[in-house]
Amino acid sequence: MQLPRDELIGAYRRMATIRAFEERLHEEIKTGEIVGFTHLYCGQEAAAVGVCDHLTDEDMIVSTHRGHGHCIAKGCDVKAMMKEIYGRRDGLCKGRGGSMHIADLSVGMLGANGIVGAGAPQAVGAAIAARLDGKGRVGLAFSGDGACNQGTTFEAMNLAVVVKAPAVFVFENNHYSEHTGDSYAVGTSNDIASRAEAFGMRAWRADGCDYFDTYEAMRELLDYVRAGNGPAAIELDTERFYGHFEGDPQRYRGPGEVDRLRETRDCLKAFRARVGEAKLLDPADLDRVDAEVAQLIEEAVTEARAAPPPDPADVAQDVYVDY
Amino acid sequence: MAIMNIREAISSTLMAEMERDSSIIVLGEDIVGGAGTAGGPEAIGGIWGTTPGLYAKFGADRVIDTPISESAIIGAAAGAALAGKRPVAELMFADFVGVSLDQLWNQMAKFRYMFGGKTRCPAVVRLIYGAGMNTAAQHSQSVYAMLTAMPGLKVVLPTTPADAKGLLTEALRGDDPVMFFEHKTLYGVKGEVPDGEHRQRFGEARMVREGGDATVVACGRMVNFGEKAADKLAADGIGIDLIDLRTTSPLDEEAILDSVEATGRLIVADESPPRCSLAADIAALVAAKAFTSLKAPPQMVTGPHAPIPFARELERAWVPSPQKIEDAVRRALAFR
Repeated sequence: MQLPRDELIGAYRRMATIRAFEERLHEEIKTGEIVGFTHLYCGQEAAAVGVCDHLTDEDMIVSTHRGHGHCIAKGCDVKAMMKEIYGRRDGLCKGRGGSMHIADLSVGMLGANGIVGAGAPQAVGAAIAARLDGKGRVGLAFSGDGACNQGTTFEAMNLAVVVKAPAVFVFENNHYSEHTGDSYAVGTSNDIASRAEAFGMRAWRADGCDYFDTYEAMRELLDYVRAGNGPAAIELDTERFYGHFEGDPQRYRGPGEVDRLRETRDCLKAFRARVGEAKLLDPADLDRVDAEVAQLIEEAVTEARAAPPPDPADVAQDVYVDY
Repeated sequence: MAIMNIREAISSTLMAEMERDSSIIVLGEDIVGGAGTAGGPEAIGGIWGTTPGLYAKFGADRVIDTPISESAIIGAAAGAALAGKRPVAELMFADFVGVSLDQLWNQMAKFRYMFGGKTRCPAVVRLIYGAGMNTAAQHSQSVYAMLTAMPGLKVVLPTTPADAKGLLTEALRGDDPVMFFEHKTLYGVKGEVPDGEHRQRFGEARMVREGGDATVVACGRMVNFGEKAADKLAADGIGIDLIDLRTTSPLDEEAILDSVEATGRLIVADESPPRCSLAADIAALVAAKAFTSLKAPPQMVTGPHAPIPFARELERAWVPSPQKIEDAVRRALAFR
C-alpha cells in the first residue's frame, strides 16, 4: 500500500461521509419529511470511492438509482445533495430531480438514473467525446447486477469495443437486483465479468468491500484504458446493507443475513483494521474524521430542513434552453 | 441561390456545419457503410445517401458507423451531448424509435429539467419516416406526434430543400435535443437553397398558399399533397390557406389561429392514425382558442386506426391523399 497519509484519510472521509449520509437518511425518511423513492448505498462505499479516487473532474461518470455514493465519491456537494433529497429550491437540481436524478457536470457527474441500465450507452457517448479531446479522459458507467441484464448494457459494451472507446464498465454486484438474487437472475453463474470478456474487452475482478483491492484493480484498469487500449470492465463483489428501496421489508433475506454482512463485510471496519495493522494511521485520526463527518451531516440535515421549498410558479422552467 | 434536392441540402449542410464546428460528430448504422467488408469503408455513405464524403473528410473519430444497436446509438448521442459535443444520430427508419425510446424519452428529453437547468443536451436525431414506398407496417410510420408530446424535445419536419438547410443548421446551432424528420419520399424534391449561412427559426410556420376560404394545416409530405389539392380546388375558384408547420414542437399556434379566424374552416392533414394525433391536437387547439370563428367542424384527414399495410392498393388506401384533402375542404365548405 503506497498511499500517502492524507490520501488515506481522504478515502476514509469519503467512505464515512457516504455511510453517515445514508444512515441518517434511513432515519430521516421515517419522519415522513422526505418524499418519494430512496435507494441507499450503505455497504458499497469502498466501490464508489475506490473507483472515483482515480478520477478527476474531467472524467465523466453515469450512475444509477442507487447513486448517492457515486455522487459523493465524485465530489458533489453534500449539503446541496441533502437539500435536493428534501426537495428544496436550492437543492443540487432545484428540487426537480430528487434522490434518483442527481447530477453535477462541474465535477463530471453526468447523472444518476431511475432507469436500470440506461447509463451504460451514455458513458460510451461520453467516452467518444472524451477521446475527441485527446486528454486521456474516460467515460465510466456504474451498473449493478440488475443492469447487467439489460440489453442497453450489452449494446453499450459491444459499441464500446467496436469503436474502441475509452469507456469503463463498473459492475457492482451487490447480489440483489431489486428483490431477486444474482444466482437466479445472472445466467452466467453470478459471473458478470465474464460477460464483458465475451464482448471482447479485458475485465478485472475485485472485492468491492475492500477499498485497497478495488483501488489497486482500478489503477491497473485505468492505466490500460487511458493508454488507448479501448474499453474495460470490472466486477466488484459488494454488499447492500439495506433493502432495494427505503421501506422494503426485505423478506428475501436469510436469518441474520444483514447482521452477518455488517459484521464481516463492512468496508469501513476493514479499512480501519488494515491501516491500523500496517500502522499507517492512528485510530484517533479516523475518530476525528468520523466526528467531522457527523458534524457535516448534522448541518446538512438542519440546513435542508430550514431551506425554502421551490416556487410552484417555476414548474415549467428549464425544460428547454430556448423554446 | 443554388438548385438542389432535399438529400443534397441535408448532406451539404452536414458537411458545412462539421467543417465549421469540430464538436459535431455523426453516428448511426451504415452512415459510412461497408466497414469490415471487402468493399471497405465508404461503400455506402448512408442508405439514404445523406452522409457521403463525411468519413473521408472527418475520419472515424467524428463519423462513427455503429452496430445495429439503436439504444446504444441514441444513448451514446445523449452522453456525448452531455459531455459537450454535438452529436447527430441517424435512425435509419423512424419506426426504430421504439427500440431506443427510453434514451429519447426518459433520458435526452429530461436531463435539463431533472438536473435543475444546469445541463445542455444539443443532440440531433435524424429520423427517416413516412409511407409511400410500400415498406409496410414497421418501416413506414410517421412517429412525430409521439415525440411532439414529449416535453424537452423539439420536432422538425422540413418539406423543401431551403428549409432542410435552414432547419438543420438551426438544430445544429441550438442547445436542445432536436428530432429531425426526413420523409423518405421527399428526398428528391428540388428547390432553391440560399447560399452561405441560412437558419430557419423553429416555431415559425410557412404560409404555402393564401386563399382565404379554408385553412389546411399540414406537415411533411402532407404539405406536398396539400399543394396538389389546392391546385384542384383553385380550378373551381376555391382558395385555401395552406400552412406548413415546419416544426410541431414548438408549434406556431398564432399562424394557425390567425388563419382559422379569417377562414372559419380547419382541415388538418396528418400522415398518421387518428387517435392522439397531431390532427387531433390541432383540432383541439382550434376548438379551444378559436371556437367562435368556426363555421364548420374541424376536418381531420388521417390514416385509419390501423397499421400501415404493404400492398400498393392497401397502402394507397391508408395514406391521406391529395383527393382526401380536397374532399375534406369541400366538406368543410359545404357544412351548414
